[in-house]
Amino acid sequence: MNEKELMMKIKKYDFALKELNLYLDTHPNCRKALELFKKYKALKEEAEKEYIENFGPITPQQSRNSQRWDWVDGSWPWERR
Amino acid sequence: MWQYEKKLQYPVNIKNSNPKLAMAIISQLGGPDGELAASLRYLNQRYSMPYDEVKGLLTDIGTEELAHVEMISAILYQLTRNLSIDEIKKSGFDTYFVDHTTGIYPIAASGAPFTATYFQSKGDIITDLTENLAAEQKARTTYDNILRLADDPDVRDPIKFLREREIVHFQRFGEALRITQDKLNAKNFYACNPSFDKNCGNKRK
Repeated sequence: MNEKELMMKIKKYDFALKELNLYLDTHPNCRKALELFKKYKALKEEAEKEYIENFGPITPQQSRNSQRWDWVDGSWPWERR
Repeated sequence: MWQYEKKLQYPVNIKNSNPKLAMAIISQLGGPDGELAASLRYLNQRYSMPYDEVKGLLTDIGTEELAHVEMISAILYQLTRNLSIDEIKKSGFDTYFVDHTTGIYPIAASGAPFTATYFQSKGDIITDLTENLAAEQKARTTYDNILRLADDPDVRDPIKFLREREIVHFQRFGEALRITQDKLNAKNFYACNPSFDKNCGNKRK
């Protein structure tokens, strides 16, 4: 999977998680939503791990390069790819 | 605290510049019903909320609005790239250009700079949640108007996403208001302020 495809996959999982997050705020005892949140969180973490290993950090604390502060590298989100 | 994530909530990939359209869309950055006002409205209102569900909801929607500020800014940035001076003059973008070049600055489409008078934090949960319901509808109407003005599918796509979010937020705020009314003392049918009036609805006791 290339960078753009993998990032899109992460965004889709993020969207599902955000929707469930807001829904759970007003329905904190909904087990079905809690189950879905857990499912998408695992999928997102897996995709994000793959992304960081291949294309660099999404947050500063995810930077793993000991030679260079790679947080500043690559295009920024508002730049069209 | 907050931590930045290096990604947009929804992709913005605009091929063709259009400074005239940018001057309309900029209202959703720094205008009366824009994303910046929305974020500040919810994040400021949180502190006087008596109920945990509502504190959570305002925190999470206020945070999402910051991601919408970034999406609108990305749209504006991409609509104003590689402009010639001729295009700037012809499109009417010159009135913005003279003060900001192609930098992103929060103003309304009318040119009025962003101001905190665009939102309230009233310290009363019923008042604040009712304001938020109206604010989400006003933003939805503004997105409807932008969709009436924009032909470019690259612009319409992220604008449609943002329009849908207004509807979802309206739904969640409606539920927050219902939770609030359920929790208020049954005798408090005038909905006096549970954030401040400790003996709300029971003054004679």
